[in-house]
Amino acid sequence: MANTLVVIGNGMAGMRTVEELLKIAPKKYNITVFGAEPYGNYNRIMLSPVLTGEKTIEQIMINDRPWYEENNIILHAGANKEVVNIDRRKKTVTAMDGTSVNYDRLLFATGSNPFIIPFPGHDLHGVIAFRDIADVDTMIEVAKTKRHAIVIGGGLLGLEAANGLMKQGMDVTVIHDLQVLMNRQLDPPSAKMLEVSLEERGLSFKMAAKIKAILGDESGNVTSISFEEGEDLPADLIVMAVGVRPNIALAKKVGLQCNRGIFVNDTMQTYDPRIYAVGECVEHRGDTFGLVAPLFEQAKVCANHLAEYGIANYRSSAVATKLKVTGVNLFSAGDFTSNENSEDIIFQDPKRGVYKKVVIEDDNIKGAVLYGDTIDGSWYFQMMKDGTNISEIRDRLLYGQAHLGDSGTQGANAVSNLPDNAEICGCNGVCKSDIVNAIASKSLFTLDDVRDATKASASCGSCTGLVEQLIADALGSDFNETETRKSICRCTDYSHDEIRTAISTNALMSFQAVSQHFSFSSPDGCHVCRPAINYYLLAHWPGVYEDDSRSRFINERTHANIQKDNTYSVVPRMWGGLTTPAELRAIADAAEKYNVPTVKVTGGQRIDLLGVKKEDLPNIWKDLNDAGMVSGHAYGKSLRTVKTCVGSTHCRFGTQDSMGMGIEIEKMTWGSWTPAKVKIAVSGCPRNCAEATIKDFGVVAVDSGWELYVGGNGGMKVRVSDFLTKVSTEAEVIEYAGAFMQMYREQGHHNERSAPWIERVGLNYIKEELIENDEKRKGFHSRFLESQKYAQDDPWAERASKGVDVIDFIPLKVIN
Amino acid sequence: MSNWTEIGNLNDIPRLGSRIVTTKEGDIAIFRTANDTVFALHDQCPHKQGALSQGIVHGSHVTCPLHSWVISLEDGEAQGHDTGCTKTFNVKLDGERIFLAV
Ligand code: SRM
Ligand SMILES: Cc1cc2nc3c(=O)[nH]c(=O)nc-3n(C[C@H](O)[C@H](O)[C@H](O)COP(=O)(O)OP(=O)(O)OC[C@H]3O[C@@H](n4cnc5c(N)ncnc54)[C@H](O)[C@@H]3O)c2cc1C
Ligand code: SF4
Ligand code: FES
Repeated sequence: MANTLVVIGNGMAGMRTVEELLKIAPKKYNITVFGAEPYGNYNRIMLSPVLTGEKTIEQIMINDRPWYEENNIILHAGANKEVVNIDRRKKTVTAMDGTSVNYDRLLFATGSNPFIIPFPGHDLHGVIAFRDIADVDTMIEVAKTKRHAIVIGGGLLGLEAANGLMKQGMDVTVIHDLQVLMNRQLDPPSAKMLEVSLEERGLSFKMAAKIKAILGDESGNVTSISFEEGEDLPADLIVMAVGVRPNIALAKKVGLQCNRGIFVNDTMQTYDPRIYAVGECVEHRGDTFGLVAPLFEQAKVCANHLAEYGIANYRSSAVATKLKVTGVNLFSAGDFTSNENSEDIIFQDPKRGVYKKVVIEDDNIKGAVLYGDTIDGSWYFQMMKDGTNISEIRDRLLYGQAHLGDSGTQGANAVSNLPDNAEICGCNGVCKSDIVNAIASKSLFTLDDVRDATKASASCGSCTGLVEQLIADALGSDFNETETRKSICRCTDYSHDEIRTAISTNALMSFQAVSQHFSFSSPDGCHVCRPAINYYLLAHWPGVYEDDSRSRFINERTHANIQKDNTYSVVPRMWGGLTTPAELRAIADAAEKYNVPTVKVTGGQRIDLLGVKKEDLPNIWKDLNDAGMVSGHAYGKSLRTVKTCVGSTHCRFGTQDSMGMGIEIEKMTWGSWTPAKVKIAVSGCPRNCAEATIKDFGVVAVDSGWELYVGGNGGMKVRVSDFLTKVSTEAEVIEYAGAFMQMYREQGHHNERSAPWIERVGLNYIKEELIENDEKRKGFHSRFLESQKYAQDDPWAERASKGVDVIDFIPLKVIN
Repeated sequence: MSNWTEIGNLNDIPRLGSRIVTTKEGDIAIFRTANDTVFALHDQCPHKQGALSQGIVHGSHVTCPLHSWVISLEDGEAQGHDTGCTKTFNVKLDGERIFLAV
C-alpha cells in the first residue's frame, strides 16, 4: 500500500514539489492537496500581466483540475477547505468544512500573507493587497467604475500593481516611505531613472511620505488618505504592497517550531520528522523567501527526500529580479551596495536611458543593477554565481558579452526584436515563435523544459544564450536556469565537480560505484552521464580503470565517424600534417580496394576516406596499419590534429622548425582521451599560417623562442586564444603542452572544450598553476606522460589484429 | 504465426550492448540490458534511420547514435517530446539461448 502524502497549500511551491515527486517516484504516495483558493494551481507571478490585460487567467494556469485527476491527486480546493487543525499524534488534518484526512507525510506550503500596516482605517472596504486572483478580480472590477487608486509601497509588487491599475484606466499614485523606489533592488541613480520613466507613462509618485490615516464614508468605503504633512489624496481603492509575512498561524497553533517562518533543515524537514515545509512559509538558516527561483530548488530537494532518496541538500542561493512592466527593462542581482573593499564600474547614458552598475570585489562580481539595457543580466548573474574571475575582461565588462567576440550569443541583443519566424536553433530548425508559444502553452520554466518540448538548444547548444534570453523575457525573474550547480544530467542532482571529487576521495572505480554512491535515479545512468563518468574514471585511474566501451558514443566505440547513412569514415593520422608517397599510395590502394566513394582532404591537414561499411573497418585499418599508419582519432574526445606550417625548413620567413615541433607534440599527445576534443597547431612565425591562435593549444614561433597560446576555438563560437607565456627552448614547449593537456584533462567538464573551460575558471588561474608554479607544471606534465603510457595503443591495430571487440563488427546471425 | 529461430547465445551480446541479425527485410537489432533482458527492434530509428544497434543502452532504452533520440526497447516508442515508433520483434530466452520470432 502506498503511503499518504497530504499537502497544505495549493500554490507554486507546494505543487512544484508534487510535480518533482511525480517525476521521480510517481507511485510512492496517495496524494491529497488542500488549497484555500478555489482553483487548480496557477502561476502567481503572472498575476501582474493578468492585471494589465496582457494575459488571461486560463493562460496562467499551471495545472488545471483535470491534471489532478490524471495524476490521481485528490484536490480539496475552496475557502471552506482551508486546513484549520492538525492532530500530529493521530496524524490527521482537518479543513474548515470538517473534511479530515490521515497522513503519513505532511507538506506545509502555505505561502505568505501580505502585510497590512495597521493605519487607522486599514480595514475599510476598498483596502486590499495584491496576492491572489481574488485581489486582481477586485481591482479590475473597481477600475470599471472608479478613478482614484493609491498604491502603498514602491517595491516590485507595488509598481506592478500600479502599472496594472493604470492600464485598467485609473489615476494611480504610488506612495513610498523612502526617496528610492525598489530600494531593495536598485541604487539611487537607477531608481530615479525608473521613477522618471514611470512618470512619463502616467504614474504619479509621492516619495518619502508619511501616511496618517485612511479615511472612509458612513458605509465603510474608503474615500481618501491623509498624510502627516497635511494634504489629502482621494482614493477609491488602496492597494497595500508593503511586503509579506510567512503564513505560519496554523503551524504555530499545532506546535511546529517557528521563528519568522517554519523552521526547516537542509532537507526541508520541520522539527516534526513527518512534516516537511517549502516555499514562502519557511525559514531556512535565517532566510525567508519572496521569489520563486529558490522555492523551486526547495521543491526539488523536498521531493527527493519525500521519495526517500535522501541525497539532496538545499542551500540558499543568490536571486535576480526583473520588473515585469512591459517596456521597462530593469535587472538587479546580488549585493550592489559599495563598501571600502569593493569597486563599482558604472556606465551611464541618461539620454538613451541606460544605466549599468557592476560591483566587483576581489575580481568577482558581487552584484549588478541594469536599467534600460538588461541583455547581459543573466551573463553577469551567471558569472556572479560561478565566482568567475573577471580581471581579464574587466575593460569590456560593461559593453556586454557580445563584445567578447562570442558569436553564439551576439544575437542575444536582438532576440526580443527578432521576428516570430526567425530561426533560433539552426540544428533543429526551431523558430522564435515555437519557443515562445511552448513556454506559454506548456508552462515551461527551465532550459531543460524548453529543450524537451521544442528541441531548441538540445543539439549543439550554440543557441543556448538566445533560448535563455527568450525564457527570461517570457518569465521575468521567474526564470531559474542559471543555477550555480548544474547537475551532470537528470539521473542525479550532483554536478560534474562533485562527482569528480567523489571519484578520487571515495576511490570510486566503476560507473556502478558512482551511481550507487550518489543514488542515481536510474542505475545504469543515461547517454549523458555514462560517457562523462567513464571519462572521469579513465582520467583518474590511468592503467587501473578499464574503459567501458558501452559507455561510449558510437564514434568512440567504433573508432570511426558514423555517417548519415550508417557507414563510417576513416582518417589515418598524418603526423604534423606531413605524409609520404608510400602513405599516399597505401591510402589510394585502400580506397580502391574497399570502394570508398569519397576521398577528401580535411580541414585538419589529413585525408578522410568517407563511406566505409562497418564490416570493412577492421580490414581497411589493417591495410593502413601495415603501411605504418594509426588512427587519427578524428572521432573522439581526444587529441585530433597538430596542424603545422612549413616553418624554417622551407619558408623564407620561418623562424623555427614548426613541422618538427608539431610532430613532436603530436607524438606526445596522440591517443589521450580528453574532456572534449583538443586541437593543437604550430606556426613558424607570427604570420601564423597554421592558425595556431584558434586552437586549444597554439604555438607561434618567434625569433627568440616560442609563444604559447591556450583556449582558442574555431568552431561554433569562435574564440581567439589567450596568450599564456613565452618560452625559449623546445623542451619547455613540450612541458607546457603536456602540462596544459593534463590540467584540462583533470579539471575540464566532460564535453566542455578548453575555450569555455578557461572562461569558467579564468586565465589567471591557469597562469597560476602553469607558469607561476614550476612544481605544479612539472607535476601535471609527468602525470600526463604517466597516463599516456596506457593510452598510446593504436585502437585500430587492437581491433584489426588483436581481436579486441571483434563481435562489434560482425552480425550475430544472418537469416536468409 | 511467428516462427522462432535460434539466433545465438546471451553471451554473444555484451551487457548494455547490441548485435544485429541481418534478414531479407532488413537488420534487426538485438539488445541486452544490464539485468540480461533481451529485446529486438528493427535497426532503424524513426527519426532519420539511425542504426539503433549502435546506440547507448541504458535501463530499457537506447539512445540513437545519430541525433540522440531515446527509444524504448519495450515498445519501440520515441520518448519525451519526440514522436515516432520503431517496429519491435518478439524475442525470448531459453536458458542462455536466444530465439527471435521472424
Ligand atoms: C572531416 C572534417 C571536415 C572536413 O572535411 O574537413 C570535420 C568533420 C566533422 N566535424 Fe569538424 N571536421 C573537421 C575539421 C574541423 C575544424 C577545423 C580544424 O580542425 O582545423 C573545426 C573548427 C576548429 C575547432 O574545432 O575549433 C571543426 C569544428 C567542428 C565542431 C565545432 C566544435 C566546437 O567546439 O565548436 C564540431 C561539433 C562538435 O564537435 O560537437 C565538429 C564535428 C564534426 C563531425 C565529427 C560531426 C559529427 O559528429 O559527425 C564531422 C564528421 C564528418 C564525417 O562524416 O566524418 N567539427 N571541425 C574535418 C576533420 C579534421 C581532421 O582531420 O580531423
Ligand atoms: C503579483 C505577484 C507578482 C509576483 N512576481 C514575482 C516575480 O516576478 N518573480 C518571482 O520570483 N516571484 C514573484 N512573486 C512571488 C511568488 O509568486 C511567490 O514567491 C510564490 O508564489 C510563493 O509560493 P508559495 O507556494 O510559497 O506560496 P503561494 O503561491 O502563495 O501558495 C500558498 C497557497 O497556500 C494556500 N493556503 C495557505 N494556508 C492554507 C491552509 N491552511 N489550508 C489550505 N490552503 C492554504 C494559499 O491560499 C495559497 O494558495 C510574485 C507574487 C505576486 C503576488
Ligand atoms: S563536416 Fe562539420 S561543418 Fe560540415 S556538415 Fe558536418 S559537422 Fe557541419
Ligand atoms: S536518426 Fe535517430 S535520432 Fe536522428
